[in-house]
Amino acid sequence: MPKDGGIGASSKRREDIRFLSGTGQYTDDINLHGQAYAYFLRSDVAHGKINGIDTSAAEGMPGVLRVFTAKDFDGVGGIPCGWQITSIDGQPMQEPKHPILAEGKVRHVGDPIAVVVAESLAQARDAAEAIMPDIEDLPAVMDMKAAVQEGAPKVHDDLTSNLCYDWGFVEDNREAVDQAIKDAAHVTTLELVNNRMVANPMEPRVAVGDYAAHSGESTLYTTSQNPHVIRLLMGAFVLGIPEHKLRVVAPDVGGGFGTKIFHYAEEAFCTFAAKQLRRPVKWTSSRSEAFMSDAHGRDHVTKIELALDADNNFTALRTETYANMGAYLSTFAPSVPTWLHGTLMAGNYKTPLIYVNVKAVFTNTVPVDAYRGAGRPEATFQLERVVDKAARELGVDPIALRRQNFITEFPYATPVAVEYDTGDYHATMDKVLEVSDHAGFEARAAESKKNGKLRGYGIAHYIEACGIAPSNLVGQLGARAGLYESATVRVNATGGIVVMTGSHSHGQGHETTFAQVISEMIGIDADQVEIVHGDTARTPMGMGTYGSRSIAVGGSAMVRAAEKIINKAKKIAAHLMEASEGDIELKDGAFTVAGTDKSVAWGDVTLAAYVPHNYPLEDIEPGLEETAFYDPANFTYPSGGYACEVEVDEETGRVEVMGFTAADDFGNVINPMIVEGQVHGGLAQGIGQALWENCAYDEDGQLISASYMDYAMPRSTDLPMFKVDHSCVTPCTHNPLGVKGCGEAGAIGSPPAVINAVIDALHRGGYDVPHINMPASPDRVWAAMQGAKANMGAAQPAARSTDTAEGRSV
Amino acid sequence: MELSGHRIIDAPREEVWAALLNPDVLKECVPGCQEMAGNPEDGFDATVVQKVGPVKATFKGKVHLNDMNAPESLTLEGEGKGGAAGFAKGGAKCVLTEEDGKTRLDYDVEAKVGGKLAQLGSRIIDGFAKKMADQFFEDFKAQVEGPGTESEPEMAGGEGGEPAKKKGWFGRGSAE
Repeated sequence: MPKDGGIGASSKRREDIRFLSGTGQYTDDINLHGQAYAYFLRSDVAHGKINGIDTSAAEGMPGVLRVFTAKDFDGVGGIPCGWQITSIDGQPMQEPKHPILAEGKVRHVGDPIAVVVAESLAQARDAAEAIMPDIEDLPAVMDMKAAVQEGAPKVHDDLTSNLCYDWGFVEDNREAVDQAIKDAAHVTTLELVNNRMVANPMEPRVAVGDYAAHSGESTLYTTSQNPHVIRLLMGAFVLGIPEHKLRVVAPDVGGGFGTKIFHYAEEAFCTFAAKQLRRPVKWTSSRSEAFMSDAHGRDHVTKIELALDADNNFTALRTETYANMGAYLSTFAPSVPTWLHGTLMAGNYKTPLIYVNVKAVFTNTVPVDAYRGAGRPEATFQLERVVDKAARELGVDPIALRRQNFITEFPYATPVAVEYDTGDYHATMDKVLEVSDHAGFEARAAESKKNGKLRGYGIAHYIEACGIAPSNLVGQLGARAGLYESATVRVNATGGIVVMTGSHSHGQGHETTFAQVISEMIGIDADQVEIVHGDTARTPMGMGTYGSRSIAVGGSAMVRAAEKIINKAKKIAAHLMEASEGDIELKDGAFTVAGTDKSVAWGDVTLAAYVPHNYPLEDIEPGLEETAFYDPANFTYPSGGYACEVEVDEETGRVEVMGFTAADDFGNVINPMIVEGQVHGGLAQGIGQALWENCAYDEDGQLISASYMDYAMPRSTDLPMFKVDHSCVTPCTHNPLGVKGCGEAGAIGSPPAVINAVIDALHRGGYDVPHINMPASPDRVWAAMQGAKANMGAAQPAARSTDTAEGRSV
Repeated sequence: MELSGHRIIDAPREEVWAALLNPDVLKECVPGCQEMAGNPEDGFDATVVQKVGPVKATFKGKVHLNDMNAPESLTLEGEGKGGAAGFAKGGAKCVLTEEDGKTRLDYDVEAKVGGKLAQLGSRIIDGFAKKMADQFFEDFKAQVEGPGTESEPEMAGGEGGEPAKKKGWFGRGSAE
């Protein structure tokens, strides 16, 4: 019988009451007395030299308080990058300055040139139109492969080239991999594009800066997934404000998907301007602005080669990837195509030799950084596509080929530097085949054929690394931060509990799940537990939420703090009951002495802690509040089997998703309903990438998919009822809850399942199409059926001037 | 985008040439033109109000006459900034040849948009640019020929009218 509380219960999300009743407190709901409004004038061109900016007319416009340009930021630092990658030749990556406002050049459409702060937003916007920037067009750097050629125009004139880094991993394996590929019985090669994505959280970014002259304290309210990280980066590196004089609040945040991890210029600007003007300054992104200022995701061009022996065992894997960084390095951009991608190239398979090469390239586009899955979707897509292609080339069943090469013994050390602690890939494969009714597929395909449709079944099996991460490891890998998590558990005198977590909830439901864990541990009702997050003044230094790390790392910190609480409370209870501490048990909110009927309630112990009249003051301090920092020993490794069934309309190339099944192993699950919801959301985004979503630029660097007229988001009617299973459980071995994380899996496993299904459908219809790049829009599928090659021409898949319709989602 | 076409204008070549240099004629012919002033040597200052899809804006900019080879060929180049709407720029290479006492005007037009126009309007920009060019050269022909000589638009060369539309629809790639 399902539980109705605690770990494993599908408790309803308590935060939804305020979200669904319009009483949430989002950043844009914050309006401070005397607030002024900022409007950013952004570049219309992808690349240009700034000869001058005439702000005189704008300064005289009604309501204008001040117009800012780059020259107003003397002594202010650039936006820092949080991860340094070292190239094959031992050199650190090239790291250009990222100013708050464009200095000397504009480098992408949307690059901020000037900001007007005025009494009203309308006045600020009107005045921005009166600013006259004199910008001389320069040729836009768009195609990654062309950008790294000798003599290509440079995005940053002070760098030696547009190559940010050239990374080889594991360099010691390179020769052995080359040899194994030479010696292979069969090599399958695939070149593909992982299309550029725009994250599109429902809530656009917002920043409100405030300065308290009486205390000298600055406060930033912002739409962030990690307020402490913003405080550290902005305070220490950009504005030079000590952390004790800077508070960052990320209240209710309406979705992040990675793009709200990073520190953005607008945050630093509002904080800076508020102090300059002695007025609160607010900026709210419009949706159009979000398209050209939120960090984008993906945008890799990859060649992957899989070597097999005569018995179809994988013997080696070699990849070469061009990863688009955009015009500047966003906060964690360098880590995404490297450590979050290269370390996952083993997938679920015991391939003994792997070599990954990644060239990160600057282009005149919006910066690219982590987007739901961040590196792992790119790794999974190429691997699961090349395995499928190999099966087709060898005439073997793609499921059998996967099973034959599955890792079955754990822990398993991959040749790409990570060690999987647990997993059972055959179990999730069995489960996905069962739940998706693989056995009944041929009958359904025959039925589709009767209706004139080609039906295809695609399978993908993924591994991902969550719970980032052991700080000493990521430090060696170039991270300029630790990746622990923190929690303070404060027990009030009357027994209620406040958990102040360094994790941040922006849709994940922490207020519900974290309370369930505490409720389970102590045996009190979840209503007695308050979860506080998102405010540096109220929570201990925490690293925030991304990489499916909250329950695995933040939850573990909370468990550790709660364990300290329980240990201390047991001492108090032992004193109250005049028993030995070792005999005290806590169950259902009461302390008992083993083997007796003595009992004292949770609330009596907590009261004693704050009213210590009868209390072991000689042994322990009064009060009941504990903090724990948890630094994980390893990543966690969720895995799963995904099956997609599609119908392709032979006449139009339109793909319809007929069924989608996800069988995940997330380890232990706290709230199955929330996990299911997370998987649903991930699947929608992954299927969206596979079939509809595409961020497109033209060859001049104009962003031509910058509204929902041209950027096709998945809609509920586009998607089937998902079948989601997480009954396969191999608990994580190194965190106290045995949890692995579930936030990104859906977006990681689904794109290859969809494309594999489309390719399967086409082959069943007699179309020998080896690959279709995402999004598999009707025109691409139809063109592929007519014998067209996959669109491999440009690094920017859609940057093809001669064909503006192709490469665009429909 | 790029497109080309031609018009047969019932006027001597010198007269057509002079009209191309005349700001008053250009003002009448540039769709949505509110103001046009200046001279062929320094260029013309122009103000144009246009609506592209969802974006309506006043474009202020300059029109330059380049590569002038009287009375045979020239290039009209213009760039207009529409404030928050972004920018539009383009050029038209015009070649005049005498033909049966009339003047044949061949043109190659190139148009580009940026900023919000590209972000919101790129899907419709090709059709819009074609419409603008058609209207410009049609009005120009009417201006030069004067009242009472209205004629059907020229369809020669497969550019303009139905055949071109089809081509634009199926094979934009070949438009280059």
